[in-house]
Amino acid sequence: MDSLPLLSITIFLPLLGALVILLNWGNKERSLAINARWVALWTSLVTFVLALILWWHFNPISGEFQFEEKLQWMPLLDISYHVGLDGISLPLFLLSALLILLAVLVSWSSIQTKVPEYMMAFLVLETFLLGMFSALDFILFYVFFEGVLLPMFLIIGIWGGPDRIYAAMKFFLYTLLGSVLSLLAIIYIYFEVGSSDIPTALITSFDPQIQTWLWLAFFASFAVKIPMWPFHTWLPDAHVEAPTAGSVVLAGILLKMGGYGFIRFSIPMFPEASSYFTPLIFTLSIIAIIYMSLVALAQQDMKKLIAYASVAHMGFVTLGIFTVDSQGMEGAIMQMVSHGLVSAALFICVGVVYDRLHSREIAAYGGLVHTMPRYATFFMFFILASIGLPGTSGFVGEFLVLLGTFQVNSLATVLASTGMVLGAAYALWLYRRVMFGPLVKPSLKSLSDLNWREDLVFAPLAVSVLVLGLYPLPILTMAEASVVKVIDQFNLALEGGGEELVDTEKTLEIALVKRGF
Amino acid sequence: MNILAILVVFLPLLGFVLAGGLGEKLGDRFSQITTCSLMGFSTVFAAILFFQMGLKEKTFVVPLFTWIRVELFDVSWGLQLDSLSLVMITVVTLVSFMIHIYSIGYMKEDPGIPRFMGYLSLFTFFMLALVTAPNFLQMFFGWEGVGLCSYLLIGYWYDRDRANAAAIKAFLMNRIGDIGFVLGVILIFSLFGTLDFSGVFELVENHQQETITFLSGNSHALTLASFLLFIGAIGKSAQIGLHTWLPDAMEGPTPVSALIHAATMVTAGVFLVVRISPILEYAPLTREFIILVGTVTAVMAATIACVQNDIKRIIAYSTCSQLGYMFMAAGASAYGASMFHLTTHAFFKALLFLGAGSVIHAMSDEHDIQKMGGIWRFVPVTYATMWVGSLALAGIPFFSGFYSKDIIIDVNWVAPLIFGKFAFLGGIFAAILTAFYAWRLLFLTFNGKPRADEAVMGHIHESPLIMLIPIVVLAIGSVLSGNFLEQLFVGEKTTFWGTAIFVLPQNEVIEAAHHVKWWIDWAPTFAALLGLGFATCFYFYKSLWPERLSKTFKSLYAFLCNQWYFDKLYESWFVNPTLKTGHILWEGGDQEIIDGFGPNGIGDLSLKSGGILCRFQTGYVYHYAFAMIIGVVVMMTWYFLE
Repeated sequence: MDSLPLLSITIFLPLLGALVILLNWGNKERSLAINARWVALWTSLVTFVLALILWWHFNPISGEFQFEEKLQWMPLLDISYHVGLDGISLPLFLLSALLILLAVLVSWSSIQTKVPEYMMAFLVLETFLLGMFSALDFILFYVFFEGVLLPMFLIIGIWGGPDRIYAAMKFFLYTLLGSVLSLLAIIYIYFEVGSSDIPTALITSFDPQIQTWLWLAFFASFAVKIPMWPFHTWLPDAHVEAPTAGSVVLAGILLKMGGYGFIRFSIPMFPEASSYFTPLIFTLSIIAIIYMSLVALAQQDMKKLIAYASVAHMGFVTLGIFTVDSQGMEGAIMQMVSHGLVSAALFICVGVVYDRLHSREIAAYGGLVHTMPRYATFFMFFILASIGLPGTSGFVGEFLVLLGTFQVNSLATVLASTGMVLGAAYALWLYRRVMFGPLVKPSLKSLSDLNWREDLVFAPLAVSVLVLGLYPLPILTMAEASVVKVIDQFNLALEGGGEELVDTEKTLEIALVKRGF
Repeated sequence: MNILAILVVFLPLLGFVLAGGLGEKLGDRFSQITTCSLMGFSTVFAAILFFQMGLKEKTFVVPLFTWIRVELFDVSWGLQLDSLSLVMITVVTLVSFMIHIYSIGYMKEDPGIPRFMGYLSLFTFFMLALVTAPNFLQMFFGWEGVGLCSYLLIGYWYDRDRANAAAIKAFLMNRIGDIGFVLGVILIFSLFGTLDFSGVFELVENHQQETITFLSGNSHALTLASFLLFIGAIGKSAQIGLHTWLPDAMEGPTPVSALIHAATMVTAGVFLVVRISPILEYAPLTREFIILVGTVTAVMAATIACVQNDIKRIIAYSTCSQLGYMFMAAGASAYGASMFHLTTHAFFKALLFLGAGSVIHAMSDEHDIQKMGGIWRFVPVTYATMWVGSLALAGIPFFSGFYSKDIIIDVNWVAPLIFGKFAFLGGIFAAILTAFYAWRLLFLTFNGKPRADEAVMGHIHESPLIMLIPIVVLAIGSVLSGNFLEQLFVGEKTTFWGTAIFVLPQNEVIEAAHHVKWWIDWAPTFAALLGLGFATCFYFYKSLWPERLSKTFKSLYAFLCNQWYFDKLYESWFVNPTLKTGHILWEGGDQEIIDGFGPNGIGDLSLKSGGILCRFQTGYVYHYAFAMIIGVVVMMTWYFLE
């Protein structure tokens, strides 16, 4: 295991799978599609197993990066291929591997056009996602971070709904605009630190004045991704137009890139700025929770409703992260994992009926419980998890966030807790309109219940949600040491009050000398 | 003992899993037999457990496994066994077992029997998890779990719009209370650094003076924490303000109303308040508030019950009112009396509901008591047992309600609290109304001339044995439980509650309540007889008074019929504005402002500017030449001016 670069193998295996699909030239479209599906399934399955093996070998007691691999990439510029995982990235790494696997299964029969390209897009996306969560070099991180946009843009733009071009463009430009600003910040950090190594940058102290700007630049990128109010309007459109698996990955993983960025970069690198902007984040998070829940109540489109609900749930994540308290932050991580599972499941729930009826309008349904009892059970379970019923993973995250927030600001806790009522309102009302009531619409009478493949997709999600709800320790202990490290560093910086500030000019000089200028 | 406790709690869960998982394949009979027999075992084990440990006056905790642990925050699953939880376990399993059996008969022709039986068992599991919780968080798990089952069972007939609406309403009203519960739990943790009951209650004394900054002001920490928790209790136990879901919950099948919305779940709020007695003892203001809420609810619900015509709604409002009594007792530090009334109420209220179910069953699903009457000859067992239930409810001597209500009214008389005497008077007044509506229901339902049509009357039949046995068992409980348990629960020198309930010496009222003047002691009984007398004059002798009164006091009558206008008020003040705000925020906020100025606005702007710039690229050489000349001129001018 020590000699084998397991992490890199996990990251790049999907890319290899995509290559295999690319090389699989045949003349019959049908056999091509079938091959592509199987290759994608096996690749993502093995990747998932590899990710589990990584988890198995992960030492939760240490807060350091593990499975580190470092290779010279551009030695002259001191940019390297550097990857590793810690307790903050591993949960999201695992989540990505699981959801891509399910995304392949979900698309098995619902995608019939350009199947090889579609599967390739997902495999490439997987490599980018896994790479992004494990990257320990800023340039590498940025490449992966931006790289994620491309396959996602194609997935929405090619296999999406009728208004897909508008949605894809909006998604792309919105997120690109944010990340361009973060690129500026990364370049600045690179010059300041003298290398693009993330662990080095994490222990560098920046001038508080500069921190503000760097923080804002990163904020632009992460706030769009997560998304925070008012940078969220790309999300409902993107979801509505994306194919089911696209929504699964979008809601399940892409949104977490923002939360991950905040924990990984904003808090430890810019502690003064983070603490300065905490009121802003709290305000936006609270607005997100209340505003988005109210908007979700008004939706007529199932996917839009779940999309808006996602923004509200992400409000809890940002709230938790910026408490910089172990309960709040671990709650935020738990909430990210839980939301990844639950929102993915809910989008698949919509996908299941969309595949059968080709409508996302809530009004087109009603009384489905009569014809699809098994589906009704799963759907109800995930609705309850979304509400955050104790016993599901959603509760653990939400409660820990509220608990952490209370140590910092009781008003924020009280306001955020109204999300408990509003969240239940839109979720149960959605369920009622879709599932309950008499079955009168003739188009619904012949709908078949879940097939075995759909069961296969729902089962792991339901089991994880339930197990993590009753016994969340695997995730909590995984994250604990790393989170504590971040918090300690944050507190130390605020108490130390800028004694170890880096002399900017000097660092720049050293950096230039080092690179032989 | 550990195994026994685990079996008691988890057998019903097993029942749910089996009925839910295999019921579809193996059939209705299979799910009925499994859930009922597992529930039966659970009941037997619960009884053994009670006799083994209930009288030891100690607290045992069966640890299971860790739930959430983040640094200092450490909460585990477990089963706490003390006299308080053991009483609840026994009551819950026994009533639940009876109702499981009753349901076999009542739901005979329903297409969803496995689902129904499964839900009942699941509910029982959550309720047991709630009462055996060793910490606040597991209690919240059970608390939400029973809320979920309540939601599922109110909306059990999912074809009916009203059932669905009632189900969601119940869940949301409870969730509003839950905000209080969750905030209370969080506050408790930040005060004590633990959520375990044993840990918290040990530390209470050290924190009695502490204040905490909450929102903008400083408040007394224990008062605030207990107040927030009580908000949760208001929701779950349907006290005034958050009570409107309970009458609507009657859309569910009658066994559900009996089990969840009368005997067990709605008493969870009372249980919570009794459970936190060590905190409440140091929070006199919260106790004043609890008494106030309890009294007002008891009176309000009783007034409404007097004019309703839906048989189940009357009993539902009666439940609200009786829960009010339980809070009156808890507020006066007579936690034992509260638990006493909870226990007797579980018997007679479950009995009344099952009796009502039997009537509804006999009358071809008729709920309106104005369309009943004159059926007592056809349903003699139901009639007799309903009498027993009503006697117990009204507190007529030697029936169970007499003992428990008596002590509650007495403790309020002696309680050293501002609202003590107020609660005493309210309790007496509500007692008159209770007897009145109980016999109004009896007389209108069973006596007088039949008002149902021929077809219905032709069908009337006594319920099958499988429904009658549980009713009779509960009737026996309704007669005996008061007399049997009085000394144990609220006796002058009882030590039964041991470590489970804590009362400060200066707040001790039970003993004093045994020595009140004779007229106070007998006041509740006179009140009940008075109410009974009124009802007899009004409804047994077919007088015209009810009609005349309703015409003379038209607005009062409308006020009561409309249930104090709570629903209408909430709809116009909260529900509609919320929905409207949602629409405004979506269409105005998101689409017009954010998208309008944001992405679409910028998009338009760049398109337009691009369009303008386009026009410069005409492709004619002389245009470009002209532009170049102008450029040269401008540049030169600039250069010279410099």
